[in-house]
Amino acid sequence: MNAKPLTASGARTAKKKSLYASEKWWGYLFVAPPFIGLTVFLLYPLLTSLYYSFTIFDFSSPPQFVGTENYKRALFEDPLVWKTLWNTFYAALGVPIGMAVSLLIAILLNQNLKGKNLFRMLFFLPTICSIVAMTLIWQWIFNSDYGLLNYFLSLVGIEGPAWLTDETWAMPAMIFQGVWGGLGISIIMYLAALSNVPTSLYEAATMDGAGGWKKFVHITVPGISPITFFILVTSLIAAPPGLPALRAHDGRGPELLDDDDCVLSLYYGIRI
Amino acid sequence: MSSTTAVKRTTNAAEILNKAVVYVLLTIGGLFMAIPFLWMLSTSLKDKGAVFSYPPQWIPEDIMWENYRTIFEDAHMIRGFFNTMMIILPTIIIGLFVCALAAYAFAKLRFPGRDRLFMVLVVSLMIPGAVMMIPAFIMFKNFGWTDSWKPLMIPGMFGAPMVIFFLRQFIKQLPDELEDAAKIDGLNPLGVFLKIILPLSKPALITQAILTYNAGYNDYLGPLIYLNSPEKYTLQMELASFTSYYVSEWTLIMAGSVVALIPTLVLFAFAQRYFIEGIALTGIKG
Repeated sequence: MNAKPLTASGARTAKKKSLYASEKWWGYLFVAPPFIGLTVFLLYPLLTSLYYSFTIFDFSSPPQFVGTENYKRALFEDPLVWKTLWNTFYAALGVPIGMAVSLLIAILLNQNLKGKNLFRMLFFLPTICSIVAMTLIWQWIFNSDYGLLNYFLSLVGIEGPAWLTDETWAMPAMIFQGVWGGLGISIIMYLAALSNVPTSLYEAATMDGAGGWKKFVHITVPGISPITFFILVTSLIAAPPGLPALRAHDGRGPELLDDDDCVLSLYYGIRI
Repeated sequence: MSSTTAVKRTTNAAEILNKAVVYVLLTIGGLFMAIPFLWMLSTSLKDKGAVFSYPPQWIPEDIMWENYRTIFEDAHMIRGFFNTMMIILPTIIIGLFVCALAAYAFAKLRFPGRDRLFMVLVVSLMIPGAVMMIPAFIMFKNFGWTDSWKPLMIPGMFGAPMVIFFLRQFIKQLPDELEDAAKIDGLNPLGVFLKIILPLSKPALITQAILTYNAGYNDYLGPLIYLNSPEKYTLQMELASFTSYYVSEWTLIMAGSVVALIPTLVLFAFAQRYFIEGIALTGIKG
């Protein structure tokens, strides 16, 4: 029953099987380092912080166990928690905006243009520039007294607000800065995705008399959807650690920006 | 005959109009991107007093080339640069190798639990870095690693889930036949990896090397948390230190930032071709 006829293909499967048997150990060996890293540098700190979350701990004296006291305080007593939660959602608006803008620019850049590389470089500049300099420059742009933005607005007769300290305008300003700074990588990703969409599809659609918009909706959008999904997920994960930027604007900002340890406590309270 | 030329002429006109619109849009976008940098450049050449002149002055009256000399003499720009390189280069090389090995295993090798292990890796991506900041600091303090480069180097040497994810997508689309042939010839998986997979993955590896380099080179928060001794400071910390050494020395910060930008700019200009190719060939599937 078990003896299979020894055909050529059977022999090949047998040979393949024996290859796979030893592959197992190589496989475990190869993936071991990242899992050691995850255990030591992620799992262990996460578990200790879970433990600390049930204690009062000021780093100098040993932690004191207080049960769910911290959670109660964070969720029900601290008025800033809900505010930061709202702010997090608000700030995440930058993600779809940034994606739409970078897709538009990628489509423009994907055409046969002179100076394409120069434009590509320009859009990538913020990605490679130091966050220290970028934060300072945007502070200057948004400054209410001598800033560039209000200078431009004053040219057309508008008196601009104090962007970073006005509660209504601080978040839109931060979103704008975030979108500006994040375009580079998404544009490159979209450019790569666009170059993967087969040109024959566009040619066929042109033959059938489809216009630009129809081609975009029926060929481009489905063709780049895996990358769109990838950018969406990675930018949503990356969105909260716009923290350094918030931190650097700290002290000048209104309540909604200056409490970055509140962002931390939010994560401690809800994500763990 | 005449009708086809007419059609051609209108398509030509439409094409020219289309191109014009594209150029106008890109130029507006490009200006948006460029203005902060032009201001950075202009400030780096200004006299201290001229920084906040209003209306904004794009071309300084007195061009202060001295600012550039000052940053090299007064700040430890060069030391900061070398410190940064000492931190990121070994981390990138070892980290990328480790990531590529794991990516190869996840893409091509067969072993029980492979896909489940990969899922664990992907899920770990969802944990935001902010959550880790305090517990990781406490851990490194217990290790006795604070005020050293170790917290900035060693975790990266164990690989990064995002990089493994990316490289796996790339290696997956490499043809199995090459590998099988090499195996029949008696190469073990490590040999296949070194002789076949690694050379073929060059575009993807370069892409990830640049992204990792860039993140490390511009990292400010990490070094700020862990380093105390000035002689261990990274380039970004040297730049930021102008705000405390001198009270808001904008001209010097901007001059330093211009200098700091140059290595990355050169690197990106050379690697641009690989960059797009590396991502395009990866064919990321959700």
